[in-house]
Amino acid sequence: MGPTRAQDGRAFCGLMEGDLRMDLGLKSQALTRRQFVAVGTLGGAALTVGCGHRAGAGWEFLTEAQARTLKCICDQIVPRDDFPSAAEAGVLSYIDKQLVRHYRPHQDVYRDGLEQAEAQSRKRFGKEMAELAAADQLAAVLDLERDHPGFFEMVRNHTLEGYYGAPRHGGNRDEMSWKMLGLGDPPLLGRAQYDLTRSQGDKPKEPLP
Amino acid sequence: MNRVNAVVVGAGAAGGIVAKELAVAGLSVVLLERGKWYTAAEGRKDDLRNQRNTQLGNAYGPEDEGNPRVWVDAKGGAHTVVASEGAYSNNAACVGGGTLSWGAQAWRFMPQDFKMRTTYGAPEGSSLEDWPITYDDLEAYYDKAEYEIGVSGDYSGTPFHGPRKRPLPMPPLPPNREFGILEPAARRLGLHPLHIPMARNSVPYNGRGPCMRCRWCVGFACEVDAKNGSQNTVIPVALNTGNCELRTECQAKEILTDERGRARGVSYFDERGRLQEQLADVVVVSACATESARLLLNSKSKLYPNGIGNRYDQVGRNLQGHYYSGAMGFFADEAYDDLGPGASIAVMDYNHGTAGLRGGGMLANEFIRLPIQMVDRMPQGTPRWGLGHKQAMRKYYKRNIAVMGPTQQIPSADARVTLDPDVRDKYGLPVVRISGNVHPHTFEIGAVQAQRAEAWLKEAGAIATQRTGGMPEVVQAGQHQAGTCRMGNDPRSSVVDRTCRVHDVDNVFVIDSSVHVNNGGFNPGLTIMAIAYYASEALVKGWKGGGYR
Repeated sequence: MGPTRAQDGRAFCGLMEGDLRMDLGLKSQALTRRQFVAVGTLGGAALTVGCGHRAGAGWEFLTEAQARTLKCICDQIVPRDDFPSAAEAGVLSYIDKQLVRHYRPHQDVYRDGLEQAEAQSRKRFGKEMAELAAADQLAAVLDLERDHPGFFEMVRNHTLEGYYGAPRHGGNRDEMSWKMLGLGDPPLLGRAQYDLTRSQGDKPKEPLP
Repeated sequence: MNRVNAVVVGAGAAGGIVAKELAVAGLSVVLLERGKWYTAAEGRKDDLRNQRNTQLGNAYGPEDEGNPRVWVDAKGGAHTVVASEGAYSNNAACVGGGTLSWGAQAWRFMPQDFKMRTTYGAPEGSSLEDWPITYDDLEAYYDKAEYEIGVSGDYSGTPFHGPRKRPLPMPPLPPNREFGILEPAARRLGLHPLHIPMARNSVPYNGRGPCMRCRWCVGFACEVDAKNGSQNTVIPVALNTGNCELRTECQAKEILTDERGRARGVSYFDERGRLQEQLADVVVVSACATESARLLLNSKSKLYPNGIGNRYDQVGRNLQGHYYSGAMGFFADEAYDDLGPGASIAVMDYNHGTAGLRGGGMLANEFIRLPIQMVDRMPQGTPRWGLGHKQAMRKYYKRNIAVMGPTQQIPSADARVTLDPDVRDKYGLPVVRISGNVHPHTFEIGAVQAQRAEAWLKEAGAIATQRTGGMPEVVQAGQHQAGTCRMGNDPRSSVVDRTCRVHDVDNVFVIDSSVHVNNGGFNPGLTIMAIAYYASEALVKGWKGGGYR
């Protein structure tokens, strides 16, 4: 079935945001994005979006395949060591959410960039990026940085935002990067009543004048 | 709508003060603000959406959508940008203006800053000039701003400040760790460090409590309202008089004039986009250097074909801000203790008096750093991503200090705001177009400032340092934007007189950073406030009751 507004696929995809209603071509039935996601998750395989792009389960923008590729790239930008990797900290969720919000203008860059990343991986390794061994994934991402620097730079910046930024946007889950950097919990109200320049071992803290 | 005595456009640092001074004096005032009145709950603790880190947009306006600007690169290429991009030179759009979310450094300029041309001579190609008023003319108003708005800090460490009648009303906050590291180093270098004057409560003041020293400071509205701006000081006073009405989400369109050339009010789009007229005896433009110039330029009529105040093509020229340069220092031990506001120590030794340099600037340690601000501030050679980058984040996040400062820019008439011929905002109004750059001597001064910052950090024990600066492609106006409606005695080379009244039109005033002749080597907020008190007093004195002649 073809959505009524499929003539302009880009404009149609651009509607996948917030409270904007989407006309899915179902006569007199307009769904909010939230409802659309719900329908999609419930196995509404008949619903396809005009630009041939369907978000995977649990994603707002990314397809399952795109999410797999993006995870490989993000996890090279912030790999796991004693602390979580980018994907483990929720970076994909951050990027996915922003691609239908503030970074909506970058949807095409992501769509094309991820496709090219996969094409490169298949050409050099004969496999999808997600199926590569760790060392080959790094090589694939280095290829991407060399051949598609604009896209890579964007993913690099967005990954670091998702990893080190405010948790409210879906990344930096449980403030894990802040904990990694040794930053404590947000200060409590009333903290100003005490002289914080004294160490814990000092005498009882005196209120400031 | 009812005619009022004064309509003030812009509820920021200056507009809030003007509204308060006029309302207290008994004038009826309408205060127009294009943005909203935000509370700290909106946008708090959002490291990616605030007024300083705008990856996901500005927290306190303007919105990216519907408010474009254009900037022109060195080769003449024009670029349309949205409000959260750097080249936009945004300040803010909200009640309080920049002072809702500022770092709140509240400096007085030095006496020499008002006499730059006399002190140094103007380099060829620059528009360096003296102010028509002096530090002494402003001293009482600096004092008034420090006490009414509320400033903490301590100037006693330095001999370089101008004369002052009394100390600041609040003591400085207790020093943070960076202060402890930088202070003895400065003394060893023969410098005179001081506690930065800040419009921030260090003790209860003005009915509000002190700073709780959190990380979400510069760029954020204060969660405990300990940071002082016009929105929590003078504007409530203005509203309490009963003489002032604040209208938010109202975008001024143009200043209306009568057939004799006098202003009769302002037309504006209200919060529902309807075009309205507010008639008034006096129009005060306090929309910040870029937007004030735009409003004057957009106010075209038969008598003013090029806009109000623009008979000699001066409106929008001499756009300036500050050139920030300095250095990062990396240390073996932890230097960062995560105590806001972070910036704590400064020197004024380098503002003036260096042979071969026309001016200089204050140097201070940087504000609190959010982790996202650190990702591109690594020692040279650090990988930009991957395991090496992650390890470097852990290693250096707390083991670095940044020292930088606002180099006083040497202005140029070519650095300017004009109206873009094509691009329109959501109301259909021509938008700000920024082009040109400040005089190149600015960058020579900035390079020396960076060396000085580096030397200070090395003396403090930095094991590696890295200078910051670089050459901007277009004038960096930003949050410190100034200069576009220069104050002066000669109408051919300035826009307003020494009382901030437009030369051409006796009932239009521009009262904000636009009138700064030079922008000092300091954050300009307190000077904007002092001028607002000073100009308001002159306006009230000249007020004849029911009219202004």
